[in-house]
Amino acid sequence: MSRTPLDTVEHAAATPDVELPWAELGLKKDEYERVVEILGRRPTGAELAMYSVMWSEHCSYKSSKVHLRQFGEKAPQSDALLVGIGENAGVVDVGQGYAVTFKVESHNHPSYVEPYQGAATGVGGIVRDIIAMGARPVAVVDPLRFGAADHPDTKRVLPGVVAGIGGYGNCLGLPNIGGEVVFDACYQGNPLVNAGAIGVMRHEDIHLAKASGAGNKVILYGARTGGDGIGGASILASETFDDAKPSKRPAVQVGDPFQEKLLIECTLEAFQEKLVVGIQDLGAAGLSCATSELASNGSGGMRVTLDDVPLRDSTLSPEEILMSESQERMCAVVEPDKVDRFLEICEKWDVIATVIGEVTDGDRLEIFWHGEKIVDVNPRTVAHEGPVYERPYARPEWQDALQADDANKLPRPETGEELKAQVLKLVGSPNQASKKWITSQYDHFVQGNTVLAQPEDSGMIRVDEETGLGVAIATDGNGRYAKLDPYTGAQLALAEAYRNVATTGAKPLAVSDCLNFGSPEDPAVMWQFAEAVRGLADGCRQLGTPVTGGNVSLYNQTGEAAIHPTPVVAVLGVIDDVARRTPVAFQEEGQLIYLLGDTREEFGGSAWSQVIHDHLGGLPPQVDLERERLLAEILISASRDGMIDSAHDLSDGGLVQAVVESALLGGKGARLVVPDGLDAFTFLFSESAGRAIVAVPRSEEVRFNDMCGARGLPATRIGVVDGDAVEVQGEFTLPLAELREAHENTIPALLA
Amino acid sequence: MTARIGVVTFPGSLDDRDTQRAIRIAGAEPVALWHKDKDLKQVDAVVLCGGFSYGDYLRAGAIARFSPVMEPLVEQAKAGLPVLGICNGFQILTEAHLLPGAMLGNDHLHFICRDQKLRVENAETSWTADYRAGQEIHIPLKNMDGRYVADEYTLDKLEAEGRVAFRYMDFNPNGSLRDIAGITNEAGNVVGLMPHPEHAVEPLIGTGRTDGLPFFTSILKKLVNA
Repeated sequence: MSRTPLDTVEHAAATPDVELPWAELGLKKDEYERVVEILGRRPTGAELAMYSVMWSEHCSYKSSKVHLRQFGEKAPQSDALLVGIGENAGVVDVGQGYAVTFKVESHNHPSYVEPYQGAATGVGGIVRDIIAMGARPVAVVDPLRFGAADHPDTKRVLPGVVAGIGGYGNCLGLPNIGGEVVFDACYQGNPLVNAGAIGVMRHEDIHLAKASGAGNKVILYGARTGGDGIGGASILASETFDDAKPSKRPAVQVGDPFQEKLLIECTLEAFQEKLVVGIQDLGAAGLSCATSELASNGSGGMRVTLDDVPLRDSTLSPEEILMSESQERMCAVVEPDKVDRFLEICEKWDVIATVIGEVTDGDRLEIFWHGEKIVDVNPRTVAHEGPVYERPYARPEWQDALQADDANKLPRPETGEELKAQVLKLVGSPNQASKKWITSQYDHFVQGNTVLAQPEDSGMIRVDEETGLGVAIATDGNGRYAKLDPYTGAQLALAEAYRNVATTGAKPLAVSDCLNFGSPEDPAVMWQFAEAVRGLADGCRQLGTPVTGGNVSLYNQTGEAAIHPTPVVAVLGVIDDVARRTPVAFQEEGQLIYLLGDTREEFGGSAWSQVIHDHLGGLPPQVDLERERLLAEILISASRDGMIDSAHDLSDGGLVQAVVESALLGGKGARLVVPDGLDAFTFLFSESAGRAIVAVPRSEEVRFNDMCGARGLPATRIGVVDGDAVEVQGEFTLPLAELREAHENTIPALLA
Repeated sequence: MTARIGVVTFPGSLDDRDTQRAIRIAGAEPVALWHKDKDLKQVDAVVLCGGFSYGDYLRAGAIARFSPVMEPLVEQAKAGLPVLGICNGFQILTEAHLLPGAMLGNDHLHFICRDQKLRVENAETSWTADYRAGQEIHIPLKNMDGRYVADEYTLDKLEAEGRVAFRYMDFNPNGSLRDIAGITNEAGNVVGLMPHPEHAVEPLIGTGRTDGLPFFTSILKKLVNA
């Protein structure tokens, strides 16, 4: 970018014919022309920098916007929603005066290029979104997807990602309570590193990203601005990887969790003293985003002196300062008479804080450098009025053939011995195996409020020590189901997360999502995206759980090969008293195991079809959201009234996977009987949705049965907690020790 | 009367509020101390809690040791003030030479978080009197730099004087020499360990065990009966 002479607004107006590097910055020709049209002149270099990052796919949602509108249009009536889509994160009322904010985001591309820092700064970014709402972050979750478990590059990417999440999150003092780890060859060149966070605050502490009140000061605080992450949003996150292009490593940011920890404490202290009018974190698109969003969400005007931004590298140009994605920075709007106190708090925490501008009347965002005006724009045109694309989409021609390739017709095990061998293979397969080697690298205990953490069905955090009020969160997604049918796949992800919250005893309240797809320029991918959004929006309406916000990650594609469409859904729930939570582990011998829900022959996209036959085809399991809602109500009532001592949702791997997990976690075996009307294979491996297993104390059996009967939920007694083996009567017996070895050794053997 | 127990917050401390809660649950009064404080607000005992003080980018505890608050703390600890160092606090105590030895990175090079089984070897310190010698307990452990090392002479001396306070059982999670999880000074008023007793004080939270509570009841009884 040219540095001399300084490209001021005046200079730009006088030199209309100067060619600017819009293509290198990721803008398309018509987008550049649109900028010229908005400004009535060519942009300055600094303005071009701002438009290019803010109009990138990552920041502007230009390909996804037309579809995402459904989340608003189809939103169910919900008294719980305090802040909806559009802010840094949604906010939900959980009662007793508490509000909870939560969100899931992607840091996929950076994590492939530089696994440790990519994943670490993903945690940093989502946590700043939570602080920016006024909340104290209380937990993080990490849904992760990698290439084949035995691929050599997975051994490069996964340990780095896990160490990065741990290295950053552990240093912030945030318990890591949930998430997923999934392996599939489709993610080989495009791992999915999604990061979620939850924060808690009192209702009156909710803060918004807006700059209002002319004369109020704009304070930049946190780390100094450096040359790292320049163009992260535009160049890295909004293009596909291509071997021919130069390395994108310089576009990945580098994180400093210690600085972020100080930022959390210092921001919360400033909130507590009510010093902050508006606040925004600096994430993707850095200062360009923070200034234009704060200004356009507020009264509209802001004047910024870029010379006052503390720099790590004094040679940075104004364009670079505007585009830098240096981590651990925040921007606050503070009334003039409170500035001194704000700066004092920052000093207490050794956080650098600088007044860089002020809110003005009018609707111009003006940025100065060395006394000259280098940006003069309407901030709305930068932040909110970017291009919107109606990308063409079409059902791919291979979809019919894929669905016709029916997994129900695959050869099935015929004897007890074959069943036993397949069970052992399933529970030891990378996707079904214990992820302890990974999750033990995360702190689960810090803050002293963790009630449940992975491998439980949902993570649960106590919110109030006196009353026992708590919140639960589960994240789920199944790219294999979504590939077979994106509409149903998205609903299955929603249903599973919803169910996982309910199995722990919490009531599902709201949804956040991270939609990971290939290139929107491919009509087949765009169709998958449109279908998934439609499915999710319809599903949320039916379940009464509004989408509060989320993130779209496109271009997860290397060359022609896109990832499976992978909508990851996070469901947040509330529980009145965490003492009533239900764990996965079997608690006591003699308790009766019940299967709730209907089991059909559904093997399309199943773990069994993948592990035993390396097959993906047919249709995913049917979705019945009314059934999911009924099942959730039963699980919540049963937990509240003490009718069940453990519960586990049935999903990938089917019933046998769930029973084995409950048995291994509890150190207690199970004797199972195949119920009438089902064959052993379907009973054990089918992935029909809307199901769970529960362990019922004998003293509660009548009451529990009566409740299920009265509400019309099929409940089938399938066995008893007993012994030190999983036995399926008449078929096979597998000692827990053998199951444990198969289940727990796989991941360390592949990755340690 | 009750006892006032200080909890120092360094920049990067993580378990300060948890430790205050544990003190409260035991029945004592927690007092927040700040790393820039030059006095200890006349507390009866101090806990240095877990976390990553100053980011621990140099060597765990190496910078915290030079904080203003450490001056009165070292002086008073030598005069008998009960001090408990948990995880990063233990690291700081060794850096400050209140306890011998040092902590290196875990031998497997990963952060590790687990419910750890320990044996109480010394139940006569200010912080362990509510345990029985030989008692086996479970306390959460979570660290990156937890490998306790010292020269052979020091290790032999610690063993001979009964100053190994806790030992890892069944599984040594970080490569600590002689499975040492925690030690005490000669007088028994300064104790450091890597596992986190403040995370094991409530039946519903964390691992669901309360095996860590006796740390805080031990000191409370000692101070109240003094």
